[in-house]
Amino acid sequence: MIIKRNAADMAVALASGETSSVALTQAHLDRIAEVDKDVHAFLYVDSEGALAQAALADKKRAAGEKLSPLAGIPLALKDVMVQKGIPTTCGSKMLEGWRPPYDSTVVSKLRAADVVILGKTNMDEFAMGSSTENSAYGPTHNPWDLSRIPGGSGGGSSASLAAFEAPLAIGTDTGGSIRQPAAVTGTVGVKPTYGGVSRYGLVAFSSSLDQAGPCARTVLDAALLHEVIAGHDPKDSTSINAPVPAIVSAAKSGNVKGLKIGVIKELQGEGYQAGVLNRFNESLELLAGLGAEIVEVSCPYFEYALAAYYLIAPSECSSNLARFDAMRYGIRVGDASGVSAEEVMNLTREVGFGREVKRRIILGTYALSSGYYDAYYGSAQKVRTLIKQDFDKAFLKSDVLVSPTAPTTAFKIGEKADDPIAMYLNDIATIPVNMAGICGMSLPSGLADEDNLPAGFQIMAPAMKDDRLYNVGAALEAALLSKWGAPILSHVSGLGAHA
Amino acid sequence: MAGISRDDVANLARLARIDMAPAELDHLASELGVILNAVARVQEVAGQNVPPTSHPLPLQNVYRKDEVAPSLTPEAALSAAPASEAQRFKVPKILGEEA
Amino acid sequence: MSLKYEDVIEKYEPVLGLEVHVELGTASKMFCGCNTIFGAEPNTQTCPVCLGLPGALPVVNEKAIEYTIMIGLALNCSIAPFSRFARKNYFYPDMPKNFQTSQYDEPICVNGFLDVEIDTDEGIKTFRVEIERVHMEEDTGKSLHMGGATGRIHGADYSLLDYNRAGIPLVEIVTKIVPGTGKYAPEVARAYVAELRDILRSLNVSDVKMEQGSLRCDANVSLRLIGSDVLGTRSETKNVNSLRSVERAVRGEMIRHAELLNKGERVVQETRHFQEETGLTRSGRSKEQAEDYRYFPEPDLVPIVPDATWIETLRAALPEKPSTHRKRLQEAWSVPDKEMASMINADVLEIVEATVNLGADPAKARGWWLGEIARIANEKEVAATDLPITPKDVAEIVALVAAGELTDKLARQVIEAVIAGEGRPSEVIEKRGIKVVSDDGALMAAIEKAISAQPDVAEKVRGGNVPAAGALIGAVMKETKGQADAAKVRELLLKHLGQ
Repeated sequence: MIIKRNAADMAVALASGETSSVALTQAHLDRIAEVDKDVHAFLYVDSEGALAQAALADKKRAAGEKLSPLAGIPLALKDVMVQKGIPTTCGSKMLEGWRPPYDSTVVSKLRAADVVILGKTNMDEFAMGSSTENSAYGPTHNPWDLSRIPGGSGGGSSASLAAFEAPLAIGTDTGGSIRQPAAVTGTVGVKPTYGGVSRYGLVAFSSSLDQAGPCARTVLDAALLHEVIAGHDPKDSTSINAPVPAIVSAAKSGNVKGLKIGVIKELQGEGYQAGVLNRFNESLELLAGLGAEIVEVSCPYFEYALAAYYLIAPSECSSNLARFDAMRYGIRVGDASGVSAEEVMNLTREVGFGREVKRRIILGTYALSSGYYDAYYGSAQKVRTLIKQDFDKAFLKSDVLVSPTAPTTAFKIGEKADDPIAMYLNDIATIPVNMAGICGMSLPSGLADEDNLPAGFQIMAPAMKDDRLYNVGAALEAALLSKWGAPILSHVSGLGAHA
Repeated sequence: MAGISRDDVANLARLARIDMAPAELDHLASELGVILNAVARVQEVAGQNVPPTSHPLPLQNVYRKDEVAPSLTPEAALSAAPASEAQRFKVPKILGEEA
Repeated sequence: MSLKYEDVIEKYEPVLGLEVHVELGTASKMFCGCNTIFGAEPNTQTCPVCLGLPGALPVVNEKAIEYTIMIGLALNCSIAPFSRFARKNYFYPDMPKNFQTSQYDEPICVNGFLDVEIDTDEGIKTFRVEIERVHMEEDTGKSLHMGGATGRIHGADYSLLDYNRAGIPLVEIVTKIVPGTGKYAPEVARAYVAELRDILRSLNVSDVKMEQGSLRCDANVSLRLIGSDVLGTRSETKNVNSLRSVERAVRGEMIRHAELLNKGERVVQETRHFQEETGLTRSGRSKEQAEDYRYFPEPDLVPIVPDATWIETLRAALPEKPSTHRKRLQEAWSVPDKEMASMINADVLEIVEATVNLGADPAKARGWWLGEIARIANEKEVAATDLPITPKDVAEIVALVAAGELTDKLARQVIEAVIAGEGRPSEVIEKRGIKVVSDDGALMAAIEKAISAQPDVAEKVRGGNVPAAGALIGAVMKETKGQADAAKVRELLLKHLGQ
């Protein structure tokens, strides 16, 4: 079945004429129609638009035009990315029905590369969450076990990959929202170096932490997608003005001989599921077997990372979400004769935002308020410096750093919904990467013993050294593939008629 | 011990323009109390002589030239307006004075 | 008002603070490429950035930085080696993001001064106004309040928002507190704003039209008992739309504060609005319930680190200071101090200079602008520069008088007609058939007619009573419809009558 191939192989099929983009796109639309009522990865499917884009790609190919490597390949887009004329909700009631009048830079780049955008995927509201249970439109279900969460905030994107509804997806990562869903769905997800991918058109949650990135089923696919979306954008003042690192060639290289791999002491042990740790350690052994040198490093300030994150991110989001006030776009509630603008704002924001979003707005408002700024936001910014320094020191001793991506496998829907702190702990290993602005990847390390659910292996590299992620990731992926005999996702069963 | 009272939350909700019911205020006050306790530990490093980080990257002086670029058409600008009149965004009566 | 100004200054001394906002005359907005044309159709100069659409990001206009540095240098400020934008968070429908991108504790220019000259009882005195800071921010949209009786916000049913102005670069210039002005506080305030305006105009960074809002002044006033060093409570007055209003507002507030204090009442710390019609202020928002703006560094923008060479290049290119310029003109035209002060006060210096540059004699040009034109301006309660008569018109008239084609009296007629909209001087002269009658023959005819009509008066003159000739001259003027050269008539008449 063509939908089970990876994107690179689909590209070969298109180039050889084995299939057309229209046929490929239709196959995926059929798959979505078949399984998405159970998975609920998509909030909006743009059949007409996707088929039109596919037809255009086919036309260009027939005319002999030089095409991007991913031309004609379908992709799922996290609903936090603005796409002109297409409903963009960010998983929130606040933006129900909103059709943006402009395209994000990521979408512009995808369109320029003739990638076919199938539709918008489900997410925790405004990217706040680790389970996609905070979506105003209902949760997404993990294709591995529909009663479980797919991770968050980008659960829809990762689930669509695991359910073979799309071979490629775009996610965004603020504290782990690409990597943690990748880990619990057995897929690959990368958070590029901060500034590596334009944030223009990425609805802001926490501006100094947000980053869009590629999601796929293989390391090479992720690299191909990463190359399409990365690069300097003059519309984003925080965008890196330097050439994109050679990530595709790194992904094709996969050579770790002589590489120093640093294991972060603080990101394992207590709180981490045994089966997750087992798969992690096995992966380390495989890498050592390939010629890498494993060293232990300590990052003592990482224990403050979660606390600092839950001050910085809510603070920035309390300001970023202030624009949702029912005056210019989005829903408007309570507008009646005699009611003031202020009252309409208050009522709309009460109804339009969900619990988690409101909780973080209030927390952020508090952390920034006069009298508390130094103790909370100010201190958190200092922790950030200390975390960066920990990374700098660790990278003196190693080329990449590694850890399990998330402490546990996918938990049941509803299991942690009433315990915010327990929920926040899902990101304990991913958050430090965003705080320092460096890059990180999660790829599957295997299935945990306890529950046969996927666990993720996280690779971290210094800022602007994204190629190192792909090099090490490719090496590990190949070694694991040898060990397993088949891709991990071949174990996903029970979805639809063609499992 | 970082505590937060229901009145504090009410005040914050006012600042954040969210109309919260009393039950919600109470619930949030206790949740936030727990969270604040957990995050308050950042103060343990406050004494450290480190500068705060506002930007992960050492970028500076990012500018654009003073050139006019096409704007949205007024139709596009107003396309999502909950209400409009005379090519302007129509909003309910405003109580507060302009800043 | 029951209290007289003299009574106020006998007991109290004022402390001033002035905040001036300048709209920069850049081609595009502060953070986006939208046009900045005043008076454009509503919402035709907006984009995702200045509308604050979800996902939009700001990029700093380089020219705005340049202009701000120039302003700082012209005001003798230090340019900060490191400066940053900050978010000022509050909700208002004219602010698309519900935060203003401004500067907080790291402004771009600090610690400057501006010397202003005031005409006092003891002659011209110089006051140094110290400048606290000059920083950058963005302007808000404009609201139209509908349904109420006055078009003001009170009593309105709803409002209409136009965001063309949102995002236009604003520079805020804040003085340190200005003590020691005594009874001249209103004049110092006015002179400061006038001098600032002239500097900004000479720098070509703004069209500084107070009536269009490109120069806005807020005046802070407090009183303290003479001899005390305890500062009084201050009030802030907004909506001060002309130089004259600055003076009136300060004087009005001083009287209002004194009245309250004399009664033993408290001055409330609040924002007040100046009313043009009455010269009084009306209470606005109480500043005692101050909004917590929760300032934090703007994460979507990066720091400004102006290059030292760039600053020096700008410093070297600064134009002549207005005060230097004025001294130069004063010397060139040999104008006494008092008359210089009159011109500055009537705000006609620039227009007189323009007239001189078109060839008019400086004294004559001054004479017309400060004389006849200023008189008409006062009658109409407008500024002389607002009247529809141009330097070119006046230069033309001066030339015609010098050539003997117009008498002073006829010139006054022409000026009135030009202001009344009858056309340019040459058109007026043609239409009305204004012509100096200096032809001896024609004059003699009129003179003889007058003599025969008043033989007894003519006899008196022949008898040596020269002043009596006035009646005859008057008659000749009437006969010639005022077009005779009165001096010539007198000469001929007296000669004819043997005097």
